[in-house]
Amino acid sequence: MGTVFSFDVRGGGPAVREALGAAVASLHQADEVFSTYRPESQISRLARGELALADCDPEVRELRRRCEEAERRSGGWFSASYAGAGSFDPTGLVKGWAVERAARVLADAGADGVCLNGGGDVQLLGGDWKVGIADPLRPGQLAALVAAGAGTDLAVATSGPAERGCHIRDPRTGEPPATSLASFTVLCPRLTDADAWATAGYAMGDAARDWIEALPDAEAFAVTTTGALWYTTGFPRYAVGVRA
Amino acid sequence: MKRRHPVRRVVLSTAATVSGIVVLIGLKPTASTGGGAQAGGAAATGAGQRSGAAAPASASGASPKGVTVTVTVTGKTVQTKYGPVQVRLTFTGGRITAATALQHPTGNKISDKINAHAVPALDQETLTAQSATIAAVSGASYTSAGYKQSLQSAIDETRA
Repeated sequence: MGTVFSFDVRGGGPAVREALGAAVASLHQADEVFSTYRPESQISRLARGELALADCDPEVRELRRRCEEAERRSGGWFSASYAGAGSFDPTGLVKGWAVERAARVLADAGADGVCLNGGGDVQLLGGDWKVGIADPLRPGQLAALVAAGAGTDLAVATSGPAERGCHIRDPRTGEPPATSLASFTVLCPRLTDADAWATAGYAMGDAARDWIEALPDAEAFAVTTTGALWYTTGFPRYAVGVRA
Repeated sequence: MKRRHPVRRVVLSTAATVSGIVVLIGLKPTASTGGGAQAGGAAATGAGQRSGAAAPASASGASPKGVTVTVTVTGKTVQTKYGPVQVRLTFTGGRITAATALQHPTGNKISDKINAHAVPALDQETLTAQSATIAAVSGASYTSAGYKQSLQSAIDETRA
């Protein structure tokens, strides 16, 4: 599989350089524990019944808890166990969780600003960053540009068919969702949440708009399959601009 | 040589392209001003003031070879059910090239909701992610194989 992680870290001293190693190590560790592409990962072994939940790393139980909460708050559209599979698959939010965790390692070590992009899911902590949202219908172009207020935390996670491949399922049918969205982007302070909401919202399609509008502390930006844009009423506070 | 032009009615084509500021106002004027023609959508019209550059034959684009006509028209203030609207348009060669809302409704729920959706349009440099100020791109999906072609890779290269 292979996700590429791009780090941009500002400020801090030697402690931050050391923390970079720790942050990278934490990403590798998350891959070893959670990757469904690795037959020997704890998640895979859990699915085969070779390992009990109680014997897994504590993070596995924490992820399970986060997934159950996301399922509740999304009316089941985020699901860690979809029809046809009996096991716990946190793919819908584990990348966001791992990137957020790695970014915090750097911030805790004294970095003034951290921007960490793990395969298109971005966590900003402090600093003054601008993040583009790719246009799913125009490769090489942006559909929007957003920025957090200086010094504030912001996560940007995008879901869509290209990014997620087969991992998004309508929880009712187990099939890829019927949707009019080409991409769905969520902005909120924490990437674990943004990743979960982006996954759920993309699966919901048109119903995502009312749902995300009502969700506190989260804004969204969407591109439909016909190339139209829509965004939540609070989105302009992050938006530097959108494509015409 | 400049000539003074009589004030004329301006009929706006709804098909004209507006670049620059994107203002979402879908309003029908409730009172039409004298001589005010209206297009269903976007702008106040009417017998407004007009200033021009060069020596044009008309504002609609017919001009002597080699002369580009730029005309700025300021519409009269139109009272709508949401509040006053006044728009200034710039025509270059007969096409709308700029639009500015000199007055627009604020302070009521609907207007604030409409205004909240007025987000600026990205300029070309930003649109193609070539602005050096962009730190990351979300949604440009890639695994290791696709990374090289991704926008994120271009950013990582220039900012390193």
